[in-house]
Amino acid sequence: MPRTARDVVFVDGVRTPFGKAGPKGIYHETRADDLVIKCIRELLRRNPDLPPERIDEVAVAATTQIGDQGLTLGRTAGILAGLPTTVPGFSIDRMCAGAMTAVTTTSGSIAFGAYDLVVAGGVEHMGRHPMGEGVDPNPRFVSEKLVDESAMFMGMTAENLHDRFPHLTKERADKFAVASQEKAAKAYANDRIQPDLVPISLRRTSPEGGETGWGLATADEPMRPGTTLENLAGLKTPFRAHGRVTPGNAAGLNDGATASLLAAEDVARELGLPVKMRLVSYAFAGVEPEVMGVGPIPATEKALAKAGLSIDEIGLFEINEAFAVQVLALLDHYGIADDDPRVNQYGGAIAFGHPLASSGVRLMNQLARQFEEQPHVRYGLTTMCVGFGMGGTVIWENPHWEGNK
Amino acid sequence: MTSKTAELLRGAAELFPDEVVTQAHVRHLDLPGGAGRFALITLDNGLDHTKPTTIGPQSLANLDAALDQVEKEAVDGEIKGVGVTGKPFIFAVGADLKGVELLKRHEDAAAIGKGGHDVFVRLANLAVPTFAYYNGASMGGGVEIGLHCTYRTVSAALPAFSLPEVFLGLVPGWGGCALLPNLVGADRAVSVIIENSLNQNRQLKGKQVYELGIADALFEGADFLEESLRWTAAVLKGEIEVVRPEVDRGEAWDAAVQRGRQIADGKVHGAAPAAYRALDIIAAAKNGDLRQGFEAETQALADLIMSGELRAGLYAFDLVQRRAKRPAGAPSKDLARPVTKVGVVGAGLMASQLGLLFARRLEVPVVLTDIDQERVEAGVAYCHEEIDKLLLKGRVNQDKANRLKALVTGSLDKATAFADADFVIEAVFEEMGVKQKVFAEVEAVVPEHAILATNTSSLSVSEMASQLEHPERVVGFHFFNPVAILPLLEIVRGEKTDDAALATAFGVAKKLKKTAVLVKDAPAFVVNRVLTRFLGEVLRSIDEGTPVEVADRALAPLGLPMSPIQLLELVGPAVAHHVAGTLHGAFPERFGVSDNLGRVVEAGKRSLYLPGTTELDPEVAELFQVGDSVLTEEQVRERALGAIAEEIRLMLDDEVVAEAQDIDLCLITGAGWPFHLGGITPYLDREGVSERVTSRRFLAPGVATVPA
Repeated sequence: MPRTARDVVFVDGVRTPFGKAGPKGIYHETRADDLVIKCIRELLRRNPDLPPERIDEVAVAATTQIGDQGLTLGRTAGILAGLPTTVPGFSIDRMCAGAMTAVTTTSGSIAFGAYDLVVAGGVEHMGRHPMGEGVDPNPRFVSEKLVDESAMFMGMTAENLHDRFPHLTKERADKFAVASQEKAAKAYANDRIQPDLVPISLRRTSPEGGETGWGLATADEPMRPGTTLENLAGLKTPFRAHGRVTPGNAAGLNDGATASLLAAEDVARELGLPVKMRLVSYAFAGVEPEVMGVGPIPATEKALAKAGLSIDEIGLFEINEAFAVQVLALLDHYGIADDDPRVNQYGGAIAFGHPLASSGVRLMNQLARQFEEQPHVRYGLTTMCVGFGMGGTVIWENPHWEGNK
Repeated sequence: MTSKTAELLRGAAELFPDEVVTQAHVRHLDLPGGAGRFALITLDNGLDHTKPTTIGPQSLANLDAALDQVEKEAVDGEIKGVGVTGKPFIFAVGADLKGVELLKRHEDAAAIGKGGHDVFVRLANLAVPTFAYYNGASMGGGVEIGLHCTYRTVSAALPAFSLPEVFLGLVPGWGGCALLPNLVGADRAVSVIIENSLNQNRQLKGKQVYELGIADALFEGADFLEESLRWTAAVLKGEIEVVRPEVDRGEAWDAAVQRGRQIADGKVHGAAPAAYRALDIIAAAKNGDLRQGFEAETQALADLIMSGELRAGLYAFDLVQRRAKRPAGAPSKDLARPVTKVGVVGAGLMASQLGLLFARRLEVPVVLTDIDQERVEAGVAYCHEEIDKLLLKGRVNQDKANRLKALVTGSLDKATAFADADFVIEAVFEEMGVKQKVFAEVEAVVPEHAILATNTSSLSVSEMASQLEHPERVVGFHFFNPVAILPLLEIVRGEKTDDAALATAFGVAKKLKKTAVLVKDAPAFVVNRVLTRFLGEVLRSIDEGTPVEVADRALAPLGLPMSPIQLLELVGPAVAHHVAGTLHGAFPERFGVSDNLGRVVEAGKRSLYLPGTTELDPEVAELFQVGDSVLTEEQVRERALGAIAEEIRLMLDDEVVAEAQDIDLCLITGAGWPFHLGGITPYLDREGVSERVTSRRFLAPGVATVPA
């Protein structure tokens, strides 16, 4: 049968405030599934014109799919969120790019005509599910030297990246990190972040973390506004003695969830749903696992090629700041300045946190809001590095674009 | 906290050292949308949801201290509002009743009432608005905490919300009686405080709490607290205006109180004070004077706490909540055998009701057998029709209805039908020979391990089993009519019944959701023996010359669910006469047989009264031949109560049940005898009947009574 690919649009996206993993973190006593459920409910509340039964799929990513992140989260979270039982769901995993993959995979299916509307998002409660929980790597990785042992530890891969690009120094990384905190604080002051946050109720029974009883999260916990280069200079380098990667120039260990609503453009128009971004192309690419931080480079090359665009045509960048050096590597590749104003305008994961599989949609939320306020920009991209040597890039078009004036 | 309140609560706490203490955690948060800083108080006893949060004196002191903190913050302008909520699934379920039982003095009881008021009213008097978030189970004092707040939200997932005080023998005495009618009007307040309480303590669900106007907003359970706080933010910013309908303070108020009195009369017949005290306060609350209302609540609370009715009510509550779940004398449940198929001998109405119950609760195949195809088909058809009714009412879905219908089948061939049955119950004609024959037939075809149960109401289980090869597997399983409504199941141990059979019977009873009480194989077991003895004394008075109406009114001060003659009508004169005959056979010196009743049965009359009246049917009067000894109501009552006390003493001495508590549990769950009597033995003790007739009490002083 003849088939026409349909345009796919990002209708809306929300997320929980991100928390610090661990016993003192705000979400220590909060279930992971509850975080994503509350995001899905918020999407429905924010889009009252959306008939829930029209949702064709719920794709939820998590890296560690056990316990409260297991049980086919897309399906169970859908039921718990109050979606009709007729709405199916599934779970997805590409580690840090989980939510991004949830978006791209379902978008592909929308374009193909299999879905009209989907919910795509991710969750990672790194306090309840620390990185590496329950993993059982095949011994051949080591015995056959398929990967260096450092590939298993993301911080070490970031150190490896500094080795590969000696001119990407710790000082540059720290400077980028300080700027990230500054930009994030400014974005908060300008109310750019809060409108897409879902308030989350918090219970604390142990006084170790502060006041006990029920509370409410309305802001990201990891942020450190006012961070200076001096603050960062003395931090430890946990992944290598006398190394360059510190807790200050990397994202922390975090808890949080995101969810987005994607639609075929014609369906969004039919239902009167907002169109915040239009999908142009996406690509994932693999690199040596020891330097997974360069993953965004080939992924971006591929995505640009598929879109027929050059890097100069990208007006806004949302690059996940798992590590400052990994952002710098991408910028360096394209000859973009470390402090280019098109890059991570609201700050990034170094400030907000990076709950692995949830982060992709956070990047999209921020790009969508930047599109809205910058109609002179036509294209933007969201990109991130992924464990075991991968990168993912999604290129978006600004529906508010005013044309070449 | 004023030092006076502190002292009051300290004194109360000393009287109740074992209180499960609830903490009142204060945590601060930023409301969404920039609505400002907010203090949220969480009530939490530190245990999981199976141990709901309760409120005793130390808990009140904790809440008081939390209010000290937020009061200052409110005055200093540090917070925009204060909220109260509970731990997961529980808001708070009211006063800790264990503490109430310990109170010996009126002034101590009054201190509990006043202490609660002193603390709770502070929620209404803070410098900022207060919000209650009813997140889960909310009862009594828990509900009242919220009523003192400026606003309330409720979770749609909330399973139980009530002011159950009147059910137990108290009044909502921490603000409920005065505040609720002023919030939602007297009629709705009467529904919650009186009507629901007196209807087996009926609970409201979250949606009803909202619809009644008790809560200002309803949010789904999934993000109840988040949405409540968003709503709070909107209220504080003026984006939402809470408008409540005007309360009708005219005739509607008086009519509501009048309706409440009718409900109370219908249920307790003036015999228990709690409902009437609550109604007096509701009536007085019409003028909107809360302070006056609160004082009346404290007074009523203290009076009632010191009353025998309340102590009996708490005792009865404990019986149905605790003792009913752990039957005295039941063998270890590890001995119980699995029951995967049930046989029912007989397909009459009782047998069909049992078949339906087994199918619904056990969800295993149930085969009805009888002597001819027509009866079998009628029995199965009855079950199928009842299942269709459940389907129509939405109690089961189509799949479940299909499943249940498929479970109930009929057969004339016991050998095939019962070949793989684990539990066979007979409900055939009440005659020893017939039942023995049935059991012999059944034993010949059932597997070795199968339990044989009898629903006999008065025949000896031991004798019924005596001719079997394996009498150890026979057990009495006596239901009460209507089976679907009365919870009691008397489980009768025959002389040879073994522990495995008994354990299996208790296991089945639990799955049937029945209140099982272990009873010795004694004539008529417990409920029928007590009722027959009591009815026998009333009939004897009539036979001797007391007018029917006088004798029938004699027990009215007890507030029993029905008068003796109404009871006779419900049981049916023929059955009553038959059981009386059986008991007369066993104990001729105490159980008489009324010739007048015999004539009534012979004449085919169903009642002594004209239908729907309490007027003697002239045709019955015609049949009566009475003596000339005319007793007063008091004399009849004394005679009937004395007989009950004597009979219960004899039953306890004969170890028919383990303790007096089991007799009371049987009468509450099998005859609907009221909480304020504690079944019956607390009443007999407090009225001095037991001492007069048996020279001793049934229960130790302080049990179901005010301790000395």
